Amino acid sequence: MRGARHARWAACAAAAALAATACGGGGGSGGDTSAVLSSSWGDPQNPLEPANTNEVQGGKVLDMIFRGLKKYDPETGEAQNMLAEKIETSDSQNFTITVKDGWTFSNGEKVTAQSFVDAWNYGASLKNNQRNAYFFAYIDGYDKTHPESGGQSADTLSGLKVTGPRTFTVKLSQKFSTFPDTLGYPAFAPLPRAFFDDHDAWVQKPVGNGPYMVDNYARGSQMSLRTWEEYPGPDKAQNGGVDLKVYTDNNTAYTDLMAGNLDLVDDVPAAQLKNVKNDLGDRYINTPAGIIQTLAFPFYDNDWSKPGSEKVRKGLSMAIDRKQITDTIFQQTRTPATDWTSPVLGEDGGYQAGLCGEACEYKPDEAKKLISEGGGLPGGQVKITYNADTGSHGQWVDAVCNSINNALDNDRACAGNPVGTFADFRNQITDRKMSGPFRAGWQMDYPLIQNFLQPLYYTNASSNDGKWSSQKFDDLVDKANAETDTPKAVGLFQQAEEVLRDEMGAIPLWYQNGSAGYSDRLSNVQLNPFSVPVYNEIKVG
Amino acid sequence: MGRYVVRRLLQMIPVFIGATLLIFLMVNVMGDPIAGLCGDRECDPATAAQLRHEFGLDQPVWQQYLTYMGNVFTGDFGTAFNGQPVTELMGTAFPVTIRLTIIAILFEIVVGIVLGVVTGLRRGRPVDTGVLLLTLVVISVPTFVTGLLLQLLLGVKWGWIDPAVSSEAPFRELIVPGLVLASVSLAYVTRLTRTSIAENRRSDYVRTAIAKGLPRHRVITRHLLRNSLIPVVTFIGTDIGALMGGAIVTERIFNIHGVGYQLYQGILRQNTQTVVGFVTVLVLVFLVANLVVDLLYAVLDPRIRYA
Amino acid sequence: MPEQQPYEPERAIAGTGMGGQMDLGASEAVTLEKTPGGPEGTGPQDKPRSLWSDAWHDLRRNPVFIISALVILFLIVISIWPSLIASGSPLKCDLAKAQEGSQSGHPFGFNGQGCDVYTRTVYGARTSVAVGVLATLGVAVLGSVLGGLAGFFGGAGDAVLSRITDVFFAIPVVLGGLVLLSVITSNTVWPVIGFIVLLGWPQISRIARGSVITAKQNDYVQAARALGASNSRLLLRHIAPNAIAPVIVVATIALGTYISLEATLSFLGVGLKPPSVSWGIDISAAAPYVRNAPHALLWPSGALAITVLAFIMLGDAVRDALDPKLR
Repeated sequence: MRGARHARWAACAAAAALAATACGGGGGSGGDTSAVLSSSWGDPQNPLEPANTNEVQGGKVLDMIFRGLKKYDPETGEAQNMLAEKIETSDSQNFTITVKDGWTFSNGEKVTAQSFVDAWNYGASLKNNQRNAYFFAYIDGYDKTHPESGGQSADTLSGLKVTGPRTFTVKLSQKFSTFPDTLGYPAFAPLPRAFFDDHDAWVQKPVGNGPYMVDNYARGSQMSLRTWEEYPGPDKAQNGGVDLKVYTDNNTAYTDLMAGNLDLVDDVPAAQLKNVKNDLGDRYINTPAGIIQTLAFPFYDNDWSKPGSEKVRKGLSMAIDRKQITDTIFQQTRTPATDWTSPVLGEDGGYQAGLCGEACEYKPDEAKKLISEGGGLPGGQVKITYNADTGSHGQWVDAVCNSINNALDNDRACAGNPVGTFADFRNQITDRKMSGPFRAGWQMDYPLIQNFLQPLYYTNASSNDGKWSSQKFDDLVDKANAETDTPKAVGLFQQAEEVLRDEMGAIPLWYQNGSAGYSDRLSNVQLNPFSVPVYNEIKVG
Repeated sequence: MGRYVVRRLLQMIPVFIGATLLIFLMVNVMGDPIAGLCGDRECDPATAAQLRHEFGLDQPVWQQYLTYMGNVFTGDFGTAFNGQPVTELMGTAFPVTIRLTIIAILFEIVVGIVLGVVTGLRRGRPVDTGVLLLTLVVISVPTFVTGLLLQLLLGVKWGWIDPAVSSEAPFRELIVPGLVLASVSLAYVTRLTRTSIAENRRSDYVRTAIAKGLPRHRVITRHLLRNSLIPVVTFIGTDIGALMGGAIVTERIFNIHGVGYQLYQGILRQNTQTVVGFVTVLVLVFLVANLVVDLLYAVLDPRIRYA
Repeated sequence: MPEQQPYEPERAIAGTGMGGQMDLGASEAVTLEKTPGGPEGTGPQDKPRSLWSDAWHDLRRNPVFIISALVILFLIVISIWPSLIASGSPLKCDLAKAQEGSQSGHPFGFNGQGCDVYTRTVYGARTSVAVGVLATLGVAVLGSVLGGLAGFFGGAGDAVLSRITDVFFAIPVVLGGLVLLSVITSNTVWPVIGFIVLLGWPQISRIARGSVITAKQNDYVQAARALGASNSRLLLRHIAPNAIAPVIVVATIALGTYISLEATLSFLGVGLKPPSVSWGIDISAAAPYVRNAPHALLWPSGALAITVLAFIMLGDAVRDALDPKLR
């Protein structure tokens, strides 16, 4: 039987160039590498362009149909060369990138240096409305293609130059030693000519250079991806394809998994975590991901920026029983945070357990003392603002408030303050309308300590929602970015993190894990540090 | 009759304009939708301004409304934030929801009216009490609880149905969701029919019909029921619009990609084009349903005439 | 729960006469209805009384009315003084006890946050009953007055009102809630009640309009009009009692759905906000955990069911008492 299957497969592989689709479907016999699995999905918010996708559902697809210069190792998160043959620099500001030979897009077009330069220019150009344009902000000439106001004066980045069919140079506007490690982010993916020549058709059915091809895309309901047989990379798909099914609710997807109609759910609803062992046995994985949840404070509000308020923030932090909440509400799919980064970075990458010290430990008596020393809670009560439409934020906010209330012996010291929609929540943040702590979360773009600190706490950074600002912190981050020696740079970032700790610029709550459940048809299921399933490694049958 | 219909059709125009304007203003009151498009980040000001311009959000509201309505009359309902034309969304969502609504309405009519007649004729008997208790359970347990429980029991424990509806959403997969969707209205219809029947049972024409020696089922269906249906028909007529647009919870639980789901997504993302487009169509459906109900009055009760 | 009415002689005779012929089950109903042996001698023949005092006379003798009124009275009392029967604080929660079942001192167990379900159910009555009753009253009064007038007078006023109800009907409840309630920061029940009244009245208005249109065609209304009765007299004395039944039916059911609607609004983050306590908030919080902690869902839902039952029974009794045809 097994032999026969192999023979059939070999025949298919030989004939693949002529009739790839005939074998891709797998027929009725469903051999190991031709079987298709189904996986839960959410409707991507934006068109599926690489530089326009900033949420995990669209990111999932890009991860399957694109390969960039670098790829993050699914287990360690380390950035490894993928399409990059080498990336050289002598001054951390000018980089020469050589693209490997032999790569093509699934429509046959060769991946060249030009494919990257065109894609990056497209992403950085204001007129294309790319949500992730700021990823190209370090490249020289970004201020011309994407000025903060007014029209753009250039369509291409002056810092990008194609110097050969497979080589191009990148000039940054400042020193950034870990720049090559950011190149695994999907925004830096190469794009084929088809993207520019017939953009509408491309968006209907994207074409990339990854292990999967889009076979069929019915917007809002399903995307069928099939293995690209001639994929030249080392990480060829171990299955025949993936059907991503849009679910209206993650609980429905989980129910469908239990009923045997779905193979993989990568977002187990919090309410089901307690049943997951019972329902799925060992077909459940719970692995650390590069996500941290924090409480941010409105530093534009005098109540939270006046001297002494850091004691109140520290007191609040010490009034939260993180362990109990992660155990009870999240069933250990979160880990109490003791710094402002994530364990997936590893010790060498800058994660330092316990950096927060006793300020992140549950000490109710100390908390009470600190808060009264700091002048008490502003207005006698804190309200934790969150958006009620996504995730299960209400549950943990209520639990955090109950913990604070118990620690302070006051039933009304803390209350949740839900906001109806995410857009409204973001508006209140952008318009600086918050008056107390609010939910903040960060999912890393790439596994670097820089990514956990600079976008969130640097003065006026894009995700610095609380508008916390410290000259000392900014200086240390600048110094770290200019440092070419990685361990030294990491040390400087950690010093910056200590500045953040001493002022309690945000309360770290917990590190979020990725959790997924799967059917008994699947094996070798794992989640990468971005909590996305490593689809190409999954074996079916 | 003809003139009445024409007059009603003309009256639809101001309602249509009023409702769309109201919805348009409401979505605008919710604030700037662009902030929600960039994840947990502040959109960079240049891109935000560009997006606002593209979606026409930089113009005054009245101008946005006029532009929008102008486009609607040429069949262009605009584009959702993910680049999909709203008409395409409607094309996939409405057929599914219409099927779901048909099932729900059938449940209301068949089960609701039958239970109503039975309990109306047997007030105070065990049947009546039993149905009352059932009604109570349905009313006091919110739809999301009944839906979740049915899904878990029928879909997972006993395996009678698929817990999630597939994207084609054929009629047979929509039976249980349709029942859940209809459940609260079913309670209304049952109670309304019951009251109406109990009341009319004592009226002269029923007594006359019985005196004439007509068979029981004929008295019930031709005389009693027909005259008892006015409040019920009113209710069902107004319920059609509510069922189509209000299936948000049911559609979410059973994974139905219909109008309620799209509308909810549109509201959460503050996508004016999607919300106003869908509601515009719902308003039309609703107006037509109302007209039909008013015409049915005359059919059910010959004493009512429209001129 | 049989609905037992004291019956007056003529009515009972008419009933038996009818039942004998029509075989609609009426005869059994009548014999059953007669069993309580209401004091038939104390009929209303002594002196002419108003419809309302007739109704009151009937109601006082109706056990269904008495029981449901007592339940409602009890609900009102604990809404005002919840500490009469619950000693703890509804906001005192210990996560270590999350989802635990019934134990001594905590008869209903604990919810997902480790709060005492009994205390929260008792304290939740206030907001839930307030939302249900006040919103229903508002909707019923506004809806039946507007709908009744429109149905009675017809013409342009009717057309305008009907079109306005159309506009309101067309607004999806969730959209309305997210928009209207998100701009209000008050943490009282009033915005929620106001919102429900604003979006709920067209339903009653349509129903009331429909039944007034039917009732005004009746011979006795035409006769009264021919005798020179004023419009207000026609409406109040002749039409209202005959048209009110569907309104009461819908309103008493709506009361329950309004309490549930408050739950949905809380769930969407625009209804009542913590630290408010309500059945709705607790039901929506407990629903996802129904597999692990059904008790946290059962008790607030049970309380809601009993409340709705009491109001439906009360509505039924009042409706019957107001129905002149039963007399």
